[in-house]
Amino acid sequence: MTYSYNNTIAIAMSGGVDSSTVAAMLKDEGYELVGLTLQLWNQRRLAGREGMPEHVQGRCCSIDDVYDARRVAEKLGIPYYVVNEEERFERDVVWPFVSEYLAGRTPIPCSLCNNHLKFDQLLVRARQIGADRIATGHYARNEYDPVRNRWILRRPADLTKDQTYFLFGLTQEQLSRTLFPLGGYRKPEVREIAAQHGLALAAKPDSQEICFIPGGDYKRFIDAYLDEQGENIPDTAGELVTSSGDVVGRHSGIHNFTIGQRKGLGVSSPNPLYVLQIDHASHRVTVGGGDEAVSKSVKARDLNWISIPQLEGEMRVRVKIRHRHEPAWATLRSSGPDEAEALFDESQRAVTPGQAAVFYDGDEVVGGGWIV
Amino acid sequence: MRRIYMDANATTPLVPEVVDAMRPWLIENFGNASSIHQHGQRARAAVEQARESVAKLLNCRDSEIVFTSGGTESDNIALFGLVKPGDHVITSSIEHHAVLQAAERLRDRGLEVTFLPVSRDGVVDPDNVRRALRPNTQLISVMMANNETGVIQPVVEIGQIAQEADVWYHTDAVQAASKIEIDVKAIGCDLLSISGHKMHAPQGTGILYVRRGTHIEPLFFGGAHERQRRAGTENVAGIVGLGRAAELAHDALRDGTMTRISAMRDRLELGILKRVEDCAVNGAGAPRVPNTTNLQFENLEGEALVIALDLKGLAVSGGSACMSGATEPSHVLLAMGLVTNRARASLRFSLTKLNTDDEIDAALELVPAAVSHLRELAPVNAGTLG
Repeated sequence: MTYSYNNTIAIAMSGGVDSSTVAAMLKDEGYELVGLTLQLWNQRRLAGREGMPEHVQGRCCSIDDVYDARRVAEKLGIPYYVVNEEERFERDVVWPFVSEYLAGRTPIPCSLCNNHLKFDQLLVRARQIGADRIATGHYARNEYDPVRNRWILRRPADLTKDQTYFLFGLTQEQLSRTLFPLGGYRKPEVREIAAQHGLALAAKPDSQEICFIPGGDYKRFIDAYLDEQGENIPDTAGELVTSSGDVVGRHSGIHNFTIGQRKGLGVSSPNPLYVLQIDHASHRVTVGGGDEAVSKSVKARDLNWISIPQLEGEMRVRVKIRHRHEPAWATLRSSGPDEAEALFDESQRAVTPGQAAVFYDGDEVVGGGWIV
Repeated sequence: MRRIYMDANATTPLVPEVVDAMRPWLIENFGNASSIHQHGQRARAAVEQARESVAKLLNCRDSEIVFTSGGTESDNIALFGLVKPGDHVITSSIEHHAVLQAAERLRDRGLEVTFLPVSRDGVVDPDNVRRALRPNTQLISVMMANNETGVIQPVVEIGQIAQEADVWYHTDAVQAASKIEIDVKAIGCDLLSISGHKMHAPQGTGILYVRRGTHIEPLFFGGAHERQRRAGTENVAGIVGLGRAAELAHDALRDGTMTRISAMRDRLELGILKRVEDCAVNGAGAPRVPNTTNLQFENLEGEALVIALDLKGLAVSGGSACMSGATEPSHVLLAMGLVTNRARASLRFSLTKLNTDDEIDAALELVPAAVSHLRELAPVNAGTLG
């Protein structure tokens, strides 16, 4: 298979140093560039509601970031547009995020956003305006392997910034049209390049939190969002129990818990207690000691394969079960239609439904799915 | 790349005559129009001459013209300057945000506000104005021509209703000025707003017509400028430019310029309707200003079309820009009963006298090609959009 593209690249510009540097680098390489910022969420929407801050300091999606992105585009002399994707974002990211929490799972909005907006929708937008490819500021590497006839997603040079965990859902078609120019650089080098190009935001701090939840208080966000929608939080108050079934307390709603959570359980115990299980049907939250909070395996559904066309037989992989998790050795095998199971060599803590399980072979992303 | 500008309802370029008139007032002829000395007297004379030109355009007295910083300020003085808490104000749902948001603010401050609906063609029904009158109604504000559709409102009928009811009448004529005849006596309005930059004068200039005997409370305090109706040192160069633009607009309404613009608009509109399937004119059944056409394209996202056309060199607009610059569906089209997807799929082309037949030809090539490209790539009624 051969790929040929036109010389126009659409850059997803967030107003941060990473995507701004991508724009500067590709400009130097002589591409025709179009800068796009996705307007995803109106931070003022929930301001002041249910205890949300009156004045929004949010980093991503904020007007300040749009100004920063626009200034970079002006400086580089590239056309720049803000694209309104608020409706899609609410439907494909915010609402699923809220629903997942209410169902006792712990979702990853960044992956939903990557799957539905940053790549899917951005590629459509890019092609509509005449760009065959997009480029983003993600730390990941993406190359075509003619031997396997597949696009391979690999971990970046700067493993501390590795974002491949959030990118496991990319299809071969999407990968074939996406550039990750920062994959070979370390973050300090990126800041250096930004400074060399005179970009004023070279020293701008990294964004950390979920972009539409300034301050990261997702419980308050869920309260405010449901209030705005005129819906009540379903009453999921229930019992806190130990794995042997002893009731040790009560809680006010399952959405307040995440598997592996240690703080805020409202139970006193000589040894630290962890959330082991959240049962949506009975509203029962099971807690236990650290020795109990481990799993021998993880099951994932809605799989996407990247380095392999499909899983056949068993495969030795390393599995990452949350963003800040050191991948753990496991044996991967199919466990049903569109479902796979990884048996860990050593039991892992806090296997959390709603998070992603991403499988690695060396630095290659084999594929991934959603933990069930 | 050749760039074609068809977004006159957003802003217009200065024409050379206006620049020439302004130039001395930016360079050698400085002076504060309030100063006693010769520098001041020269500036004062220039301001007053411009006031005459504007008064002639509107068929009013010089003393009835207040220079402002633009349409938004004029609208705000009009809405805040005559009413008090407890009063009732009637306006329409298709006003510019300068009126709409000022009216919402009035409501927050304890006034009653009625936002009138419009017909499918975007016209306010004078009978609805009459029916909305209450004993405490003090002000009616209905625009003269709409910025999105170009649809002309029945201002004369509304003016009569206001006079009969002894209610003040303000009309936002920002999109009418220089495009159609404005006669404040024929309209019977007490207040009328105009923006300079929609008629080849500089941005940051505007006019509020205040009928003699209408005692309006100013927004700004700090001087007796503009007969105590608008404090602040006059923007002499801008006012001179606005005066010159008013003279040119007066001439253009009589020398066939508007007929030529209207012919270009019609050729553009009919040409696109002929070349593009599933396309219709918003406000087609109503009288419209000669320079504007608003087209809806089925199975398309207007935002993408605006960007695609811009990258091909054609500047048009769709919807209204929110704070970030992303496009929101037009509140005007929504008020006309368009569903959100149709409102999003609508584009406005607005021409000036500087556009050429050649540019219309180019647009008739670019638009159909861009529409079919977009429809091929992402039929919006398929897939995930729903």
